[in-house]
Amino acid sequence: MTALRPLLLVNALMVDPAAGTEIRGGLLVRDGLIADTGPHLTASTAPEGAEIVDCGGRIVAPGLVDMRCFVGEPGYEYRETIASATAAAAAGGVTTLVCQPATDPAIDDPAIVDFLLRRARDTGIVHFHPMAAITKKLGGREMTEFGLLQEAGAVAFTDGARSVTDALVMRRAMTYARDFDALIVHHTEDPALVGEGVMNEGEFASRLGLAGIPVEAETIMLERDLRLVKLTGARYHAASITCRDSLAIIARAKNEGLPVTAAVTINHLTLNENDIGSYRTFCKLTPPLRTEDDRLALADAVADGTIDIIVSDHDPQDVETKRLPFAEAMPGAVGVETMLPAALRLVHAGLVPLAALLRALSTAPASLLRLPGGTLAKGEPADLVVIDLDTPWVLDRDDLRSKCKNSPFDEARMSGRVLRSIVGGRTVHALAD
Amino acid sequence: MNQEPSSFVLKRRHLLGIEGLSPAEITGLLDLAEEFVTLNRQVEKKRTSLRGRTQINLFFEASTRTQSSFELAGKRLGADVMNMSVAQSSIKKGETLIDTALTLNAMHPDILIMRHAASGAVELLAKKVDCSVVNAGDGTHEHPTQALLDALTIRRNKGRIERLTVAICGDILHSRVARSNIILLNAMQARVRAIGPSTLLPAAVERLGVEVYRDMKEGLKDVDIVMMLRLQRERMNGSFVPSVQEYFHYFGLDEAKLRYAKPDALVMHPGPMNRGVEISTAVADGAQSLIREQVEMGVAVRMAVLEALARNLPNA
Repeated sequence: MTALRPLLLVNALMVDPAAGTEIRGGLLVRDGLIADTGPHLTASTAPEGAEIVDCGGRIVAPGLVDMRCFVGEPGYEYRETIASATAAAAAGGVTTLVCQPATDPAIDDPAIVDFLLRRARDTGIVHFHPMAAITKKLGGREMTEFGLLQEAGAVAFTDGARSVTDALVMRRAMTYARDFDALIVHHTEDPALVGEGVMNEGEFASRLGLAGIPVEAETIMLERDLRLVKLTGARYHAASITCRDSLAIIARAKNEGLPVTAAVTINHLTLNENDIGSYRTFCKLTPPLRTEDDRLALADAVADGTIDIIVSDHDPQDVETKRLPFAEAMPGAVGVETMLPAALRLVHAGLVPLAALLRALSTAPASLLRLPGGTLAKGEPADLVVIDLDTPWVLDRDDLRSKCKNSPFDEARMSGRVLRSIVGGRTVHALAD
Repeated sequence: MNQEPSSFVLKRRHLLGIEGLSPAEITGLLDLAEEFVTLNRQVEKKRTSLRGRTQINLFFEASTRTQSSFELAGKRLGADVMNMSVAQSSIKKGETLIDTALTLNAMHPDILIMRHAASGAVELLAKKVDCSVVNAGDGTHEHPTQALLDALTIRRNKGRIERLTVAICGDILHSRVARSNIILLNAMQARVRAIGPSTLLPAAVERLGVEVYRDMKEGLKDVDIVMMLRLQRERMNGSFVPSVQEYFHYFGLDEAKLRYAKPDALVMHPGPMNRGVEISTAVADGAQSLIREQVEMGVAVRMAVLEALARNLPNA
């Protein structure tokens, strides 16, 4: 491999949520690292042989870190591969992707972590890290080898979209996890309360004649988990919070000083149950979309930091599993490629400041998972995204890089998009003008 | 050793635990046990101090080594020994236990050796009988003769117990051996460490008189004695620890981990061992292992306990 040419981004507005700064000027990349930033860096000061990119006054920010993204390797390659997922990620400004363990076989063995890291090295174009299962085969009974899995490269432990319903199993897993300083990421949804439910419980579900899922399916499980955190001292992350009631629970735990963080999906921040309209299965999600009041509360919580992280919850589903009556369709939506443009809606609506948004999309997940990135500091890896905030466009799902096209944003109007994604100093995506 | 024969008397009716024993009583039992170590190495191993006495070994929980150790101890002292292995399935909780006690009591035994799966069961029975009762292990509470034999083994090899650093490693949560040892070693002024994953440590373990470590490398540093505990098979597949491989990787005593301890550190295990789970074969059979000596000390210590209790029994 030939040495990388230096890369100089000039005429940029550099937003660094890690430092809390917004600076106009340039950013120099050498050997894959951020070598220098500041107003003094212009095209005329470029080092010899450097590639110069004029950002036209647009934003340069740390590349996004998506910690909840389903990739189908091994076992579901027809839905998504590391190659297709990381191509979609690059197009979406995501420079670090964290996959979920609900594969076949599940990621519950150090050998599978090793396999994935090798596959990612050979076929991926953005940084790639696996989460491993909390319980063997995601069965909710027996904990996995947290120590050996972490040594192999698992960045956290989750049973994906399944909750560990047995409180004793969860208690022991958290107790054991604390010894290894491992992070437990948990889907908080009590399957008994979900029952046959397929969407948010309430008037709209009743009118559609669909079985509802009460918010208590989430809040009861979340309350239980946070009491177990207090008991065990484990690092805990609520994978996907959907409602106003959960925010109070998270805020209380944080006030107590518990090692707790929470995420919300881009879907729950930008859509509500009414988007289901006449049984649109692309809006069938787990956990389900809630009310507009919940959505606004979630956006406020991102702005004020109660919610730490925004995830895509990218879940590619085949047409055959979506083109079904609503109750029978699989839940899930693709999202890694549209996460940033969709999130910019919150900025344009005045709900979340840009810096807070970028923090939740990059700095916070990188910090929680103890991964590089999420910063524009000198000496850090040059994982960057160039963002155009304003240009209007319309999403055509056939343009998506993902193998599956189940996007709830098909034909949606967007303002702003990813112009360029840079991973370790290499441009992995550049939008043609 | 040409010392005067010990005339130590345990001025108690029962030995239910190490808890409550004074350092003088512990030392008295260990000194007496030394005499039996010598005796047991002779051709003529028989004494008559328990002649006429009846000893019943009442084991509600299967045991090979402890039961045979007590049986041999009683026989060498001249007692008539009867083994009662009561299948767990035939026992129906408290009432039956007390009925059993009253039935046995009517047979006028002098010493009852009892093991039971429930913590406190031995003490419960002791209240209902007129004879001496020795706890051979109750649930996850105490196993006093194991702690005494461990202490004897340590003292014979290190010359003392006080100021030694002893690390007890592994499944402390479910171990009566660990509890009795923690009490005894503290009483004898040793420093005690507990090392294991948090899932195998009892709540508030640091309040029991131990320094707690969750990492073998740190925990074994400067240790004189490494005491390994058995990990039951049903606890090693995801319930308390994820797998045998992971447990052995982080908590199994192999030669590499043993090197963190002092160069002259000695290794103990109450048995039966799971080789390749909590201890490697190389360490179990290695030069630093005292595991076989512990078994020998078991008979001597149990003879000392029986003798010291019998000296306190009424002779009329």
